[in-house]
Amino acid sequence: MNIPDYRKYILVFLITGAIFATALYVSNLINNKRVAELRSIENQIAINILSSETQYSLLAERSCKDLRENSALSSELNGLTERLSFTEKSLGTKNEEVITLKRYYSLLQIKDYLLMKRVSEKCGIEPITVLYFYSNKGDCPLCEKTGLVLDHLRSQYPQVRVYAFDYNLDVSAIRTLISLFRVENKLPALVFGDEMVVYGLSSTDDFEKALPVLKKLKAEKEKEELQAQSATTSIEKK
Amino acid sequence: MNPGELVTFFFLFTTLYFEVFLLVTFLENRKEMGKETLTPEYFPSVTVAVPCWNEEKTVSGTIQSLLSLRYPKEKLSIIAVDDGSTDGTWHALQEFKNHPQVRLYQKENGGKFTVLNFAITHSESDLFGCLDADSYVDSQALLRIVKRFENKKIMAVTPSIHILEPKTPIELLQKAEFTLSIFIRKVFALLGSVYITPGPFSFFRREVFAEIGGYKHAHNTEDMEIAMRMQKAGMKIDNAHDAYVYTHPQKTVYRLYRQRLRWIHGGFENLLDYRSMFFKKKYGNLSYFVLPAAILSVCSGLYFVAFALWNVVNFASGKIAEAEVIGAEAFAPSIHLNWFFLNTNPIGIISAILLLLSLSTILAGKYIGEKTALPSRDIIYFILFYGILSPFWLIKAIWNTALSRKTSWR
Repeated sequence: MNIPDYRKYILVFLITGAIFATALYVSNLINNKRVAELRSIENQIAINILSSETQYSLLAERSCKDLRENSALSSELNGLTERLSFTEKSLGTKNEEVITLKRYYSLLQIKDYLLMKRVSEKCGIEPITVLYFYSNKGDCPLCEKTGLVLDHLRSQYPQVRVYAFDYNLDVSAIRTLISLFRVENKLPALVFGDEMVVYGLSSTDDFEKALPVLKKLKAEKEKEELQAQSATTSIEKK
Repeated sequence: MNPGELVTFFFLFTTLYFEVFLLVTFLENRKEMGKETLTPEYFPSVTVAVPCWNEEKTVSGTIQSLLSLRYPKEKLSIIAVDDGSTDGTWHALQEFKNHPQVRLYQKENGGKFTVLNFAITHSESDLFGCLDADSYVDSQALLRIVKRFENKKIMAVTPSIHILEPKTPIELLQKAEFTLSIFIRKVFALLGSVYITPGPFSFFRREVFAEIGGYKHAHNTEDMEIAMRMQKAGMKIDNAHDAYVYTHPQKTVYRLYRQRLRWIHGGFENLLDYRSMFFKKKYGNLSYFVLPAAILSVCSGLYFVAFALWNVVNFASGKIAEAEVIGAEAFAPSIHLNWFFLNTNPIGIISAILLLLSLSTILAGKYIGEKTALPSRDIIYFILFYGILSPFWLIKAIWNTALSRKTSWR
């Protein structure tokens, strides 16, 4: 009779279990490293904002040019957005770490938004700001599309400053922003400039209609590209 | 963890368990795989039946390869049976009509199992085997099979089947699949759980038929049914991994689909017929591991195909939505070289481990069957396309089984 080797069944079970446990451990380890990196980036941005605020206080002694160039919302904050969004997808929207990081991130955005407002008043510049309120609780079918358009606009026109806020995130500063701009729960909601609240935009055309300055930026960009192209052609001819 | 993830983890765990079990068994016996089989100490009389049905192009080569076997001529006889062919098979067989080792018969078409039973009744040798009329044998194959019969407990021996001269992607894919089968067949033999004695060059002691009877129709998979019947009767089946047999691959996807549909559907029907063998101590590893794993692998295979399809659809719909917004740029490859964006989801990590283990099993099959473990092109075709093709015959086979439909031979 062919008797099964039960010891082998148990041994293989243990090996399989060990492989599973190792995979879970490695996954967890990398996720923790990710969270640590996000925290470190956020801290760096916080320092940058603090530095900008200090510079602002010293404005009398510094030029507006310096302040604009040192603004915290630069590629750092954009990079953080991308990383945070990836981590949110990996760990899930209900993950405590993700929620804490998002809270901190939202506060950093608000601080940068306020700083930019003050700088623009002092220096006479008109930043193109968009406050974007979204929800990822499954009650906003258009939010994903709107997010894609905003990502695209941000990459095409670095002058456009997009501040994205989770409408349902429990942060009192976000609640204050919502009540300040009277943003209703009809998401996606966008605040252009300082007053205009628009709901349900989800295409580039919608944005170009709502924000005519985008057309101007587009024309400028095309002109720059044409100039660069003709410069390259003339170098090649020479 | 949501229910979907729980089901995914369950199937990942069972698949991983199965692969680890096979590899552990292989590693326990790795020394045996490298050994050269010695010449047998005695030469029992052997009959090889060659069932032919419309095989005019290949049958001559098949018989020639049998006549080239290194084995005492007086101990080896060949019975070629034309099973009512409608082409020139009988004419092709006439080439051997005066050969002292070959006997030719012609009968009305009745299917392969009738040919085999016919040949059994016309043979009196110690060992009886079969070779499909589209297969060829290595000259050492019979010696290596006979050597296994020196163990008196062994009642049947299966060979190591290779694909003959694969060239096209579809043929190369079958080569890797057969290489994997070499590994699985050997490990199942080590576990005492062989449940198929394949048509090309499996051999039986004469007593097998006397004790449990001849072949049955068995849903066109008589080679599985007889092995199951032997297992039920407590008969041991071994595998001679160095007894090489070469068979023609299926040339087209459709022919491959038809063949696999017959195999899988017949397999399901036989498993249903022999369901009483599940989880019975007396049937050993076959009962506790191999048969349940066969059922589970079908379920997990279907689940992972659905899972992959769902992910592909999700990805594609995401890309289409992106394209609506930003145009063709959405389809530009976006590769993040930063470690941060690596997929380190546990499901992804375990799937990668499973892929590596699957690759190891194919390479182990190469080591057993070809004495080399170097990766080759056929493995790439297998990894890329087998998962796409196999669900078609798998789903159709389940459908046929559920509706009690019959699957034709060709």
